[in-house]
Amino acid sequence: MASVTLDNLTKNYGGGAINAVQNLDLEIADGEFLVLVGPSGCGKSTALRMIAGLEEITDGAVWIGDEFVNDVHPKDRDIAMVFQNYALYPHMTVYNNIAFALQLARVPKDEIDRRVREAAGILELDDYLKRRPGQLSGGQRQRVAMGRAIVRQPSVFLMDEPLSNLDAKLRVQMRAEIAALQHRLGVTTVYVTHDQVEAMTMGDRVALLKDGVLQQVDTPSRIYDVPANLFVAAFIGSPTMNLYQVDFLSGSGGEPSIRLGGSTLDLPKAVLAHRPGLARYVGKPIVAGIRPEDIRRAEDTGGAASIVGKAELLEALGSDMIAHLSIDARAVQVSSSDSLEGISATEVEGGSARCVARLSARSRIRLGDIVSVVFDRERFHFFDPETGEAIWN
Amino acid sequence: MAIVSLDGGRSDMAIRKYDREAVRRSRERRSRQRTLRHFSLHLLLILLLIVMLYPVIWMALSSLRPEDEIFGGLGLIPKTWTLQNYITGWFLFGDRTFGDFFINSFIIAGLAVVGNLVACSMAAYAFARLNFRLKWFWFALMLGSIMLPIHAQLIPQYIFFLRIGWVDTFLPLVLPKFLATDAFFVFLMVQFMRSLPPELEQAAMIDGASYWQRYWRIILPLSMPALVTTAVFTFINTYNDFFSQLIYLTNTDQMTVPVALRLFLDPSGGTSSFGGLFAMVLVSIGPVLGFFLASQRLLVRGIATQGFK
Repeated sequence: MASVTLDNLTKNYGGGAINAVQNLDLEIADGEFLVLVGPSGCGKSTALRMIAGLEEITDGAVWIGDEFVNDVHPKDRDIAMVFQNYALYPHMTVYNNIAFALQLARVPKDEIDRRVREAAGILELDDYLKRRPGQLSGGQRQRVAMGRAIVRQPSVFLMDEPLSNLDAKLRVQMRAEIAALQHRLGVTTVYVTHDQVEAMTMGDRVALLKDGVLQQVDTPSRIYDVPANLFVAAFIGSPTMNLYQVDFLSGSGGEPSIRLGGSTLDLPKAVLAHRPGLARYVGKPIVAGIRPEDIRRAEDTGGAASIVGKAELLEALGSDMIAHLSIDARAVQVSSSDSLEGISATEVEGGSARCVARLSARSRIRLGDIVSVVFDRERFHFFDPETGEAIWN
Repeated sequence: MAIVSLDGGRSDMAIRKYDREAVRRSRERRSRQRTLRHFSLHLLLILLLIVMLYPVIWMALSSLRPEDEIFGGLGLIPKTWTLQNYITGWFLFGDRTFGDFFINSFIIAGLAVVGNLVACSMAAYAFARLNFRLKWFWFALMLGSIMLPIHAQLIPQYIFFLRIGWVDTFLPLVLPKFLATDAFFVFLMVQFMRSLPPELEQAAMIDGASYWQRYWRIILPLSMPALVTTAVFTFINTYNDFFSQLIYLTNTDQMTVPVALRLFLDPSGGTSSFGGLFAMVLVSIGPVLGFFLASQRLLVRGIATQGFK
């Protein structure tokens, strides 16, 4: 087991024209499961490949345990990697695929046999050892790829989107299996994915990258509840957070409120106590965010001041109903592939904006209905409209 | 007419009549037309096949008739059946049988196959997977050599091999193959190896495989279709190569099948043994055909993978 430290890790292509990874600093503790997440092309796989030694490092350093490994060959880094396409050797049996690394290391045959069978036992592959990868299902291949990694008993697992080739159901199953396996083996793991559900459910901590720049690294719940900026807020969570351009106001007694379209919503004083930085924005426009699950129907909450919207799309999921309402507000859109400058306030025709609410499955709403909803005001998120950073201090 | 009407007035619309007999007649007519069309097409193809195969069939049957009957007419069926031509052809060359020439041909073709497989695959691996200075220049240069006519290389090559004393040995025919001189096969394998996912090698690299182990244990087994294609075409090309073997092998000890076949004919107007020639030509087709058929399945896969036709 070992920790992994990335110090100012940078990767440029084309003589510096393209910055795939910029000044990435990360400390991954011994035995930790860290998920690197971000949209396509954000540099997460490049970062992983630099840890593996498959990609030359432009600047910065990688440490595995106490060893500076920038110039260490991949085979000497004591790592095992699971690739997106599994990279199983198609001409070898499952047994030989798993045993390959041990054979190369000239481990005695009976020892190889013992370890391969042990790994196969853990992954329930005992019956498939004589088959070739082509004769296995997607989930079994994925298991073989895992087997190949664990049989070496490495210090670090590196996984590059290992579940992205599986169908949705199998992905859920394998997600749980990998997380359980990692927990059981206690091996430091760096896991790359673009799937936020994987990021939220599997990792001890999540590192969110965008355009090669680390946006936030924290526990899944903190990433969700305390996003560092607009990009993180918009990227994590499904349906995505509702973001509006609002005016931040302060009454004579210091009680804060926001003007959302034509409505004024009073905020509890505690909001200002938690976010003293908001005081600087009095009378100015800011970005306010509210997650769909923090919106309820007014009739369920005893008639607090509510926002009225027209139901334009209803998605009944069985457990919940996702209601897309058009309300009187100015929406802010964050394009995930653009930079933070891509934040723009867009107005839907007639001065209305989309509001996505996760309502009870038993809500009797029909398309076109006018629905009153209430925002949980303690759960608002506030962001600077210029920088996109969350407003705290 | 009145079946079950679920919806009152709609029943009239739902029930339609058609003439079953007319439908049957129409179906039979179409079937007759299709049979006729297939029959005509097959007849045409069979006629074309006969035209194309006639010389071969004629040669095969002529090898089974007496020498003096061969040019007696264009008829196919021999008046007298005999295997004498095979015996004459096989033993025509005094103390040597035709089997000796087969052995020589097999040695040369076999070594050429081994040489091309080893050398071309190594060169291809380097071009496909390794990084070295001026890689694309060397690759273009190698491809350029495909376009160089063989006749332009022949004289300087001959002089070179004559100077180093290799004429009248197998070496000029075999040794260059161990130096990856068949650029086409290098190209074929480069293209094949490039189509293999790079992650396989990266996985092997992390597993601790050296360059050699990655080439030998991962890339080479997966390139089997390209290797078989190379082996089959190298064998056929070398086995059938008359020109180089004629130039470099003048001694009967080293003589190969194509060169030996020419000896049946006397260009100066003396006696030519056409019966023996035909018989030995037929015998000499055997190994090529066998080799081709044995590797046909993999060969097709190799060609299909590469998009070569």
